[in-house]
Amino acid sequence: MCAQFPVQIREPYFTKIFKPVVFALALLPLALLGLGVWQDTLGANPIETITRSLGEWTLRFLLLTLLLSTLRRATGWVQGIRLRRMLGLFAFFYGVLHLLSYLWLDQFFDWAEIWYDIVERPFITVGMLAFVLMTPLALTSFKAAIRKLGRHWQRLHTLIYPLTVLGVLHFWWLADSKARTEVPLIYAVLLAVLLGERLWRWFVPRFNKIPVTR
Amino acid sequence: MLIKRPFDLTDNDVTDYALYQRRRDFLKTLGGIALIGASGFPLSATAKSAFSTDEEQTPFDDITTYNNFYEFGTDKSDPARYASMMKTSPWSVTVGGECAKPGKLALEDILKPHSKEERIYRLRCVEGWSMVIPWLGFPLADLLKRFEPTSKAKYVSFETLVDPKQMPGQARNVLDWPYAEGLRMDEAMHPLSFMATGLYGKDLLNQNGAPLRLVVPWKYGFKSIKSIVKISFVEEQPDTSWGRSAPGEYGFYSNVNPEVDHPRWSQRRERRIGEFRKRETLMFNGYAEQVASLYSGMDLRKNY
Repeated sequence: MCAQFPVQIREPYFTKIFKPVVFALALLPLALLGLGVWQDTLGANPIETITRSLGEWTLRFLLLTLLLSTLRRATGWVQGIRLRRMLGLFAFFYGVLHLLSYLWLDQFFDWAEIWYDIVERPFITVGMLAFVLMTPLALTSFKAAIRKLGRHWQRLHTLIYPLTVLGVLHFWWLADSKARTEVPLIYAVLLAVLLGERLWRWFVPRFNKIPVTR
Repeated sequence: MLIKRPFDLTDNDVTDYALYQRRRDFLKTLGGIALIGASGFPLSATAKSAFSTDEEQTPFDDITTYNNFYEFGTDKSDPARYASMMKTSPWSVTVGGECAKPGKLALEDILKPHSKEERIYRLRCVEGWSMVIPWLGFPLADLLKRFEPTSKAKYVSFETLVDPKQMPGQARNVLDWPYAEGLRMDEAMHPLSFMATGLYGKDLLNQNGAPLRLVVPWKYGFKSIKSIVKISFVEEQPDTSWGRSAPGEYGFYSNVNPEVDHPRWSQRRERRIGEFRKRETLMFNGYAEQVASLYSGMDLRKNY
């Protein structure tokens, strides 16, 4: 694999400019939602729009997080890995807002109804489970935790695979029958590609060792 | 000889202040009358129906931009965007099956004998949201009687237009086209069952099912089939599009029932469009007094 991908961004530009720009862009969906609320452009059912948008952004950031290491392996762009924690935390950030929007705006903290939803609705069950799995990853994302947990950290963070699968399933099961699964299907295909690449490497170890000639 | 003198009393002095404060209401009323006049709709026909609710009506903009009409796409904003591709004039409806007077009728001939009235109904979508809509139209029973259904007519089925050129959503098989719905004969003949041709005093917009649609307010919204081109009287319970798509989720009856959940969500509460907190869903969408007797002795859990 080519060790030096042509578009490596030189320091200090990566740390001082590129990363902050990605950070700002990652906040843009939230800003646009805020603007939508303020200007009342979120349609007839703004609560639904907000909840769904936050949920989709959670999935997008999860997929982006998974994309970075695939991208490194596929193109040799190693710098992307340095965005992984930030994007992973943004996935959690939007996940928290998505959950809050459900608990507060949608259910207005009606705990009986929420509990009923979690137990009775498979799509809520898997969504909640995905969130529960995401939480320890966010909580152990700082340097001291990484050092302290050592190799356990690596193992703990493989939870991103099952939780992203659950997230996509959550979105899939929300859709009516076969009629509205087109968008969830896109997420499922993207996830399948990202996980497929990992499985491929795992099952075909020599794929890692033999240099790819381009 | 005419001597001009300034009046010592101005309008201000002779006008009661309370009346003065309401001066703009007069303009509003005037505007309202002008609007009704412009719609070509006789004033007397807007007499309030005993079936109408006096709940706050959902704004026109919400009713016309938040629609499920998969013929134009599965997103709720798609119908408002694409429904203008549908041509509603000329329009005809084919009536057939177990009746003495079948035929293909031009829309004008369908509408001619009926005087329009307003019905302000609650509409509860199976997805958990609701609206209050001032429909214009006439009772379905009045229309169906004209075709003289025979004793074999146990059900009536309806179909929506099929034409992927006018309805871009039909290019994909998200549902079995044509969209099909049906009612039991006694449901169809119930005075609440309504054929709508307009809302808010105007002709229906395409995204709301122009030029002719069903409104059955005690059932989930998808039963109220839009842009009807075919009506058939049949002996056996007809298939419905949603029933074929997911028989375990969308039954033939699909009466609004807070006790019977949709497999993927609770039906106990609903969000009224425009409101923040959810409200309790009422049995038969609040029309139990009128329609509960249609289902006496039936297990509504089985006949969902």
